[in-house]
Amino acid sequence: MIRISEKLKAEVKNLNFYYGSFQALKNIDLPIADKKITALIGPSGCGKTTFLRCFNRMHDLYPENRYEGEISLFPGGLNIISSKVDPIEVRMRISMVFQKPNPFPKTIVENVAYGLRVRGEKRKDFIVEKVKKALRQSALWDEMKDRTDDLAFNLSGGQQQRLCIARALATDPEILLFDEPTSALDPTATSKIEELIMQLKKEVTIIIVTHNMQQAARVSDYTAFMYLGEIIEFDKTDKMFTKPSKRLTEDYITGRFG
Amino acid sequence: MFSSDHPSILEVRKRIAFNKIKDYIFGMIGLLATLIGFVLLFTLFVDLFVDGLPRIGWQFFTSYPSRFPEKAGILSAWVGTTLVMIVTAATAVPLGIATGIYLEEYGKKNWFTHLIEINMNNLAGIPSIIYGLLALGLFVYFLKFGESILTGGLTLGLLILPMVVIATRESIRGIPNSIREASYASGATKWQTIKDHILPYSFGGILTGMIIGLSRAIGETAPIITVGALTFIAFLPSPPITSGFPFISFKWLLDPFTVMPIQMFNWVSRPQASFHLNAAAAGIVLLFMTLLMNGFAIYMRYKFRKRIKW
Repeated sequence: MIRISEKLKAEVKNLNFYYGSFQALKNIDLPIADKKITALIGPSGCGKTTFLRCFNRMHDLYPENRYEGEISLFPGGLNIISSKVDPIEVRMRISMVFQKPNPFPKTIVENVAYGLRVRGEKRKDFIVEKVKKALRQSALWDEMKDRTDDLAFNLSGGQQQRLCIARALATDPEILLFDEPTSALDPTATSKIEELIMQLKKEVTIIIVTHNMQQAARVSDYTAFMYLGEIIEFDKTDKMFTKPSKRLTEDYITGRFG
Repeated sequence: MFSSDHPSILEVRKRIAFNKIKDYIFGMIGLLATLIGFVLLFTLFVDLFVDGLPRIGWQFFTSYPSRFPEKAGILSAWVGTTLVMIVTAATAVPLGIATGIYLEEYGKKNWFTHLIEINMNNLAGIPSIIYGLLALGLFVYFLKFGESILTGGLTLGLLILPMVVIATRESIRGIPNSIREASYASGATKWQTIKDHILPYSFGGILTGMIIGLSRAIGETAPIITVGALTFIAFLPSPPITSGFPFISFKWLLDPFTVMPIQMFNWVSRPQASFHLNAAAAGIVLLFMTLLMNGFAIYMRYKFRKRIKW
């Protein structure tokens, strides 16, 4: 069991995950520090996205997927992957930003307010305030305040991704999941999103999957290196990228494979 | 260099010229094929219009069929067609959309849904007279709806149901999975996802399928004859709006009827040439009814897809 001396937001204990008969995640243990950024790195197919999608139960959308073990959410220690816990409840507490920007073909406001709408929120001024706050948090407000009724598809890729971040933030999630959020974006948009992610950790716990090791080194506090469905090494990001303790980790972060 | 193996530039040019001739010949064959279809259709239309256009006028739309060709009209036929189409749309569209949504979004992929899928595709290709026979047994004799507008509408509804289902499914499949995931990740339930995203984004395609189905139904004759539509009818169904409470009446559903293609068939099968002109005129009207529906579908599709780019 890996221990860190921080307040925890979540703790993964002995997580196994199966796509049908294929075991994609093996005995994963991982602490998630509260209001910190935890990065998941590793070569393609190592299971980092699979792992991330356990946190909001996205695997429940497809048949024959199976979890074993525990992801406890604090405070309270609810095991969010238990079959007794409704995945919708989990998704209402833990938001996600996807790899490719996926705004709804609706207006900017409708996109950001969607989470509130599914929660049955009717108060107009409350929604307006929340939308405004989320757009501010995602650094879109200054660009968008006069055109919030424009269609989301008319925005640039980077703006669309920030809109998706706003959509995820509008419902005050406890954890925000990022699945390679910049892999479809150009360098300028990427640095904007990275800046944003670092800003956001003041308010929300963040887990980010990234292909880009510089990105992990730049933004995260903790890093977990995954390989073939297992966590090979987990440590503070500074230490991981300067003095990795495992040979495999060193080979990966120095670019010898992956 | 491998000069001995390499063809000379002259030979290469010869080869290219030869290939281009083949290219040209195929282009010509394609053009010819296109023209044959187009010219034939065009001739058909011109012929129809030359024969029928002079007959089209107020009198033609407001008269019942008659023994005298110049007094005959299509009043009962176009009213019948319109009412039957309303019943058809009202049954096939909700049933078809619900089925399509169920199969795409709810149904687990197992042998049962697979069986339904295969049958659905086969049903769309079954000759329409078979539907007529089924409807005769089911609606006319068993459910005792009689030889009525209701029976006609339901029969055609069954006929186009597979088309609506297939169009709905195809349209739903066009929505990228990332949009579904975005909705679910926001905490939406399945129904919220369907109502807020799946249906609105696929509506253009569903509508197209519906109109294509209705366009086919409007010209169907065989199943309608089978269920007993009349060929000569000189009265209208009961009005849907009444003067007394509750002001709406559904009695028209059980009234006898005729439809445009039957009226046309009736006129064509008569010996007098002037009745044939009436048939041509009715053909023009039927053509325009179909064009109108298709035009509406194109407009709606444009309207709904304008804001959607995947």
